[in-house]
Amino acid sequence: MTDKLLPPKKKNPQLRQMVPTLPPQMRSRAALGLTSAAARGAFMLQHCEECGAVQYPPRDACGSCLSVDLAWRETARDGTVIAETRIHASPDPYYRERLPWRSGLVRLSAGPTVLCHLHGDVKRGDPIRMDLKLDKAGQGVMIALPQERSPDMEDDPQLRELTAHPKHRRVLITDIRSPVAQPLIEALLKAGAAQVFVGESESWRRGSDHAAIAALDKVSVLPLDVSDPSSVKKLAAEIGGKTDILINTARHVRPGGVLGSDTVFAREEFEINALGLMRLAQAFGPGMASRTADGVNSAVAFVNVLSVHALSADPHYGAFSASQAAALSISQTLRAEFASSGLRMINVFTGPTDDEWHQPLPPPKVAPKALAKSIVEGLCEGLEDVFCGDVARDLEERWRRDPKVLERELAGGG
Amino acid sequence: MTNPLDGLAAALADGSVEIVDLTHTLDPDFPVIVLPPEFGQCARFRMEEVSAYDGRGPAWKWHNISMNEHTGTHFDAPIHWVSGRDVANGAVDEIDPSVFVGPVVVIDCSEGAARNDDFELTPEIIVAWEAEHGSIPADSWVLMRTDWSKRRGADYLNMADDGPHSPGPTPAAIEKLLARNIRGFGTETVGTDAGQGAHYVPPYPAHYLLHGAGKYGLQCLSNLDRLPPTGAMLIAPPLKIKGGTGSPLRVLALVPARTGSGENA
Repeated sequence: MTDKLLPPKKKNPQLRQMVPTLPPQMRSRAALGLTSAAARGAFMLQHCEECGAVQYPPRDACGSCLSVDLAWRETARDGTVIAETRIHASPDPYYRERLPWRSGLVRLSAGPTVLCHLHGDVKRGDPIRMDLKLDKAGQGVMIALPQERSPDMEDDPQLRELTAHPKHRRVLITDIRSPVAQPLIEALLKAGAAQVFVGESESWRRGSDHAAIAALDKVSVLPLDVSDPSSVKKLAAEIGGKTDILINTARHVRPGGVLGSDTVFAREEFEINALGLMRLAQAFGPGMASRTADGVNSAVAFVNVLSVHALSADPHYGAFSASQAAALSISQTLRAEFASSGLRMINVFTGPTDDEWHQPLPPPKVAPKALAKSIVEGLCEGLEDVFCGDVARDLEERWRRDPKVLERELAGGG
Repeated sequence: MTNPLDGLAAALADGSVEIVDLTHTLDPDFPVIVLPPEFGQCARFRMEEVSAYDGRGPAWKWHNISMNEHTGTHFDAPIHWVSGRDVANGAVDEIDPSVFVGPVVVIDCSEGAARNDDFELTPEIIVAWEAEHGSIPADSWVLMRTDWSKRRGADYLNMADDGPHSPGPTPAAIEKLLARNIRGFGTETVGTDAGQGAHYVPPYPAHYLLHGAGKYGLQCLSNLDRLPPTGAMLIAPPLKIKGGTGSPLRVLALVPARTGSGENA
């Protein structure tokens, strides 16, 4: 039974805040396959194309037949714990601060025996479900979870280190005008968020539902305009020290290609979608990165909502797609810059959203509620790349297969 | 030979002529006109620090700023509107600079605007004003005082489901002012037209008729309650933007001090 995670006590202002430390980082290039799968919530191992062996840890050649023809494939997650260890002493600063730490050997039904982290609810002899997750150093690591959901299992301290769960954390949603704002608030509170701050730009424009949102329990509406540097800095000065999760929902979309549209709308799109992200990161990022070891409500994640056309342009939304590609690129740099702190940069890629700017498009379109669910799932699972909706998942798959073919298909030249 | 400016210099020095600032601060959060979202929008005022006595520029602080020609307290040139597109010298850089300094009269509609968000300036109000203060002199600025500049936040645009609600002139009122051959018309609201100005014939009569006649506009003015109905001098030079349709500007008024006789002290 996992001990229920209690809301943290108020901080003792006389104690120094913990400085982030990271688990070991050195890995082989082959092992980055684990990172790649963990980033999107897949469970993949190396499969030998010659002899069919499934192997772990990842290597450059097959351990059975020495073939170098190895492919990363979805693999069955079930296995059995054959040994467990509780570590009480470690020279590694990261683990030293988190002792005791349980690890064990698990025999996977797919073949390999794996040394992995153990969830508190699994013990020797138990059948388990193996999960691949990113640790604070951004490495793909395995944790053996109970096969069936156990009560409060997400509160397990070892699992919580590998996720960005909103429970007891304080979340900033940057734009109240986004259709996803309201369902996202509901989903976050349901997941146990302690408080939700919601940014409101241009309060002089009035918004029909803003008063209703501001009246919700545990929700505060605060002025924030991501296109205005002074506004971003001001809010960061106010709440930057208690923003544990930042979810950037601000975006500007206008339909139209590149030739037929002027650069005024495009500039707005870049101002909000790309430079807005940069302003948020500059204002909130350093404070969040310094608080990634700050106890139960430590800072964990910076979430960015992107169109899946960040990967390959939709010519019907030319400038918007370009702004999304720019935002994706910025997020990759931020991920590199946040790496030393363990702050997770999550991109949630969505297909066309069900709103006024995609109104004439045929379904399937992503409903705000579905997008909210994906964002919260991404946090709870600790992913880096989340694809929300059939269109986004389909596009991702086609992009992985052949970006040029996808480009041609999106151009209508299939 | 006496210098006619000597008197002004002395009056400014002894305070018998006061300078009143009619300008709102350029602030990123100051309202601008909001159009239906499918149209291009008026850029808000934005300011980015280039350096602040730091590594980016050790001994100096400066900003890049950006905005629309029609952001904040601003000037409208004739070419701003389709009706004025062919007006000769209708861009801000082409306008004769003598236009930028001149007499100003103020029609006080503040009482009506306090009662009715959609208060209209009508020919009857202009006639009544003239009965009290005399005919509006040709080539003068006419400002409509509503005290709207004292409103803050959402009450300024006063946007509702059926559009913004703020006071402004009727088409007939603008015709009346044009018959007096005024220089231009100014307001405290976000535009020279009423919030519901789209529903007049012609739509946006102040813009359409004034600019069509080669006249100028001023909007987002403040402190109009500090101006006398007649007798003040307006200084309103827009930036010299090549082909510009308008410009943010500092608007000042020279006002005879009211304390001279002690009656309004």
